[in-house]
Amino acid sequence: MNQKTFFAFIGPSVLMMVLFIALPLATVLKQSFYINQPIYETLEVETCTPTFTGQVCSVDLKTVPVIGENGKVLKKNEFVGLLNYQNVIEYPRVIAAFADKSWRQFMTIDFWKALRFTLSFTLITLPLVLLFGLLIALCINNAAKSIRGPVIFVSLLPMIITPVIGALSIRWLFIGDGILTSFLEWWFAKDIAMFAQAWTIEFMMMMYRVWHVAPFAAIVFYAGLQTVNQDTVESAIIDGANRWEKLRYVLLPHLMPLIVFVTLIHLMDSYRVFEEVVGFSSQAYVISLQWLTYDFLMVDQSGNRSISRASASAMLTMIGIVLLLIPVLKGVWRDYKDKRL
Amino acid sequence: MKDKNLIQLPFALRLSSYFFLVFWCLVAAFPIFWISVMSVKLPIDAFNSSPLNVIFGPETLNQNKGLSFIDITLGLSIILFTAKLSTGWLVRMVSRYSPDGYQWFGWVIGAMTFGLSFIIIFFGIMPSALSLLNDISGPLGNNILGFSTEHYATVWFEKGFIKNFQNSLMVTTGVVTISLTFGTLAGYGLARSGSNLAFWILIIALVFRALPHSVLVTGYLPFFMNSAEILRPIFGDAAPTLYGMPWATIAVLVAINQPFTIWMLRSFFQSIPSELDEAARVDGCSHFQAFRRVIMPVMWPGVITTGLFSFLLAYNDFLVTSLLLEAQNTTMVPAIAGMFNMETTTTDQVIAVAAAVSIIAPLFFLVMFFQRQIVSGLTAGAVKG
Repeated sequence: MNQKTFFAFIGPSVLMMVLFIALPLATVLKQSFYINQPIYETLEVETCTPTFTGQVCSVDLKTVPVIGENGKVLKKNEFVGLLNYQNVIEYPRVIAAFADKSWRQFMTIDFWKALRFTLSFTLITLPLVLLFGLLIALCINNAAKSIRGPVIFVSLLPMIITPVIGALSIRWLFIGDGILTSFLEWWFAKDIAMFAQAWTIEFMMMMYRVWHVAPFAAIVFYAGLQTVNQDTVESAIIDGANRWEKLRYVLLPHLMPLIVFVTLIHLMDSYRVFEEVVGFSSQAYVISLQWLTYDFLMVDQSGNRSISRASASAMLTMIGIVLLLIPVLKGVWRDYKDKRL
Repeated sequence: MKDKNLIQLPFALRLSSYFFLVFWCLVAAFPIFWISVMSVKLPIDAFNSSPLNVIFGPETLNQNKGLSFIDITLGLSIILFTAKLSTGWLVRMVSRYSPDGYQWFGWVIGAMTFGLSFIIIFFGIMPSALSLLNDISGPLGNNILGFSTEHYATVWFEKGFIKNFQNSLMVTTGVVTISLTFGTLAGYGLARSGSNLAFWILIIALVFRALPHSVLVTGYLPFFMNSAEILRPIFGDAAPTLYGMPWATIAVLVAINQPFTIWMLRSFFQSIPSELDEAARVDGCSHFQAFRRVIMPVMWPGVITTGLFSFLLAYNDFLVTSLLLEAQNTTMVPAIAGMFNMETTTTDQVIAVAAAVSIIAPLFFLVMFFQRQIVSGLTAGAVKG
């Protein structure tokens, strides 16, 4: 295939990605160094109030936004350097918190709170997803052929469900005197409120994510188990490997590429955890990095969207995911070079 | 003797394996089952602390809203019968009567008539027939299970979910068609080219795939809000405000979806031997003709699978649609956020539950009909949506 036909084939798709992914990224990068705000001017305003003896007038200085010709508030885009990043990171407060050696004070700063949750969420759910996925895959593989289909059907449900709705469905099981909360109360014989403290909410969010992603891991691993070389398994058994050794030395090495694949996908997806915060309405206790940007973008009480701060927090989020991905990309690059040589 | 023992699991291990599977299936299905039960009960039953009360709904029954033994058996048997018909009879009919090369068209017509007649029979004819049957059949006709569809009526007709549903339909159809058109072209090009450029495009697409969507939306939002002024020099007075326009949202979702789509389609194209297009080329086809006439006809399974995942991305999206569409005119998923945020009474909550079940019902049928394609998509070794 020559260069020209190649470009004709990939053209529309690449154009789409440049227009709607690369270009927005560039504007976000630029906007994160600028602040877009209305131009204000100071006016002398004379206000008079009638009294019994005549008028009392006073002259005040008022700051009002400048109105342009078309009746809209004029705005200017001003270069502010790293100010937006400072506003997001809030390092004076960080330093103050460190001076006090107070972790709690540190965790009152939105960005660091979000970063702490996003990272711990990613790193805690990852092993759980791999473990449950593998366990489900092994059990499906051991089961009789006739029940595999229905089990896979049921397993697909949590995966395919809309994330916000999935989170909501878990929330409704626990909220107030929800059915599982009353079960727990009966079991432990004490009053339990699952939505009254941060750690229970966080725990439910992680459980939800494992419930949501484990089927994906399970199906990928199950497909991998179908292609295991039976001769290798048999020779391992003849050599006297027991069941655990068979799993450890034959099956797991065979599944390794798939485990790496699931890890990669899970890192990408759980780093952008967002729907859980919406579904569990946890913003008062637990927030994630992507939710932080979303919150900056939403219209606040005074009717503004803080685009500049959102840009800064978006760039910081992006740096995080690139750092997470570098080891993986390095591996891909090495494979590619080996293949070429 | 020893190897046989090792290949066949010992009884205890097999038992615990089955036990775990049963446990997993319960965990996987329970939340979904439970919210569908809650959605057909009056609030006092739906949020009752005793599980039996939630399932049987005594308060709902007291208000004379329920299902009798006859209702349940007849309803279930109609559903089972439909499922049987749709997997056997419908497939045969479509493949017999649709003209050659237009199989997909036959499927669209077949599925639509089938679905429509099911809806007419199940929701139109059956309720009145059943109320007649219940009246004459004595004790069997008494209500035993609380059941009320009033929350669904509230969601769909009073809260305007029909409008949101239409928006969802429009957005998903647009996203699936456009991203498949662009994606198949690019996927084919990338699969058949071994150049360095193709490799780099794939790697950059992988990085794009990892980007949190809020990063991208931060880029769109200021532009979309002011696009009328920014685009005026180019389009004159016809310059649109892109904010709130479904077409703009479709374009954004297509672009976000593109990295995943090209990765997946590329791996499907790679599984088709390149001798096939070489043969077509020898017979005098251009590259595009080879793609259109020889490769695409054997690519349908891959295209359907990728289309399913594009559909899921567009249908499930919350972040992009809630920020780029106006609150009064969103798709279904962002619309539900407005419902559970203002929940004050338990009635509002049950209405939100009914909305949630309405949203996931289509997905349930999707899994039912396309289970094999979804599994093959996950295992294509490509990427997940």
